[in-house]
Amino acid sequence: MSTSRACQVEICPDGPALVRGADEVVDSNGRAHRTTRPVVAVCLCGRSQRAPWCDGTHKVVTAAAPSSSTVEARVG
Amino acid sequence: MQLPRPRGPLSERVFAEMLSPDPKPVAVEPLPATGDVLADEDLQVTLWALYELSFRGFEDVDPDHEWSPGLITTRRVLEEAFEAALRSLTDDAVDRALEEHRRTTEQVLAVIDDVDDPRLARYLQREATEEQYREFLVHRSIYHLKESDPQAWAIPRLEGGPKVALAELQYDEFGGGRADRLHSTLFAKALEGAGLEPAYGAYVDVVPALTLATNNAMSFFGLHRRLRGAIMGHLAAFESTSSLPCRRYSGGAARLGFDGRVNDYFDEHVEADAVHEQLAVRTICQQLVDQEPALQRDVLLGASACVRLDALAAAPMLEAWQQGRSSLLDTPQEEVA
Repeated sequence: MSTSRACQVEICPDGPALVRGADEVVDSNGRAHRTTRPVVAVCLCGRSQRAPWCDGTHKVVTAAAPSSSTVEARVG
Repeated sequence: MQLPRPRGPLSERVFAEMLSPDPKPVAVEPLPATGDVLADEDLQVTLWALYELSFRGFEDVDPDHEWSPGLITTRRVLEEAFEAALRSLTDDAVDRALEEHRRTTEQVLAVIDDVDDPRLARYLQREATEEQYREFLVHRSIYHLKESDPQAWAIPRLEGGPKVALAELQYDEFGGGRADRLHSTLFAKALEGAGLEPAYGAYVDVVPALTLATNNAMSFFGLHRRLRGAIMGHLAAFESTSSLPCRRYSGGAARLGFDGRVNDYFDEHVEADAVHEQLAVRTICQQLVDQEPALQRDVLLGASACVRLDALAAAPMLEAWQQGRSSLLDTPQEEVA
């Protein structure tokens, strides 16, 4: 892991997790998704059609859908 | 870009002053009634042109006229009417949100939910013809070719958390360090991909007043420091109502078989705006009101104006398409008398 920057995760109430400083996000199937964005929104509701990224679907699904996704952010 | 075509006596007189070496104020009378200001072609194109002096300007207008006392005097009269119209459009929704919710985040969401979805995105996804989809891009080109520029005015007017969050959001809007990912450039590529003209301002003459009003609201909020709450509230509502429609717009572009550059623009916004929404609502607006409670009402003014103007502009668009008409103004060859 790089020592020059920290990867930071911020959980948004009823929303996604904002992940700063990650180079890749590993989804619940173990598949790594690379990103070049400085901050990404990672789906926590499990309903995104662009998983692991949030696509706003949490706003139209009934509240309190339990999170089934487990994510791991890595700085390469 | 040249000055747009005048749409009535007011724009004719104001544009004539803009072309002169020493513009004089133009007496704006009679002003349209408050309820008519937003759809007034003559007033909205005049205001749009006056604001444009602070963005890209016009080849035929002296750049120094941005600060012409005569033009600014005229602009202020129009802005007073415009602000009254925007407050009248949004006051009830803002009052309801303030009564029913305590936190800014909840109030912003409440004014957004206060408006019925105009179903424009659904129509574009499932029903629009190629020509109607192109018209939609033409309407959107007025803003997306200067995407996030009006919000950038707010940066020097904010402090601490809201400033940092706005800068983080804007860094993404402005390409994240890559000129080819500048969102306005992505939109120009989408226009090209759809066989449209990508040049800045190319379609100003064919979009109706309500489309100009959605743009003028951002310029108005952005250019006035006292309205920094409103431009940030507008941003929060804009970003919060972007991800899901963009998915539909992208689906519509795929259904119609448009060039991938059209999908690319909207796909970018599904992911980017999911981030921006969180930043704009939770960090920028909530913390801004925590810092400056006096801005609370303006934050909601901006948020409500964003969704209500969008709905106002979408309704005649959908109606025209459903009746088999164009939603754009007739391409005028003749001058307005």
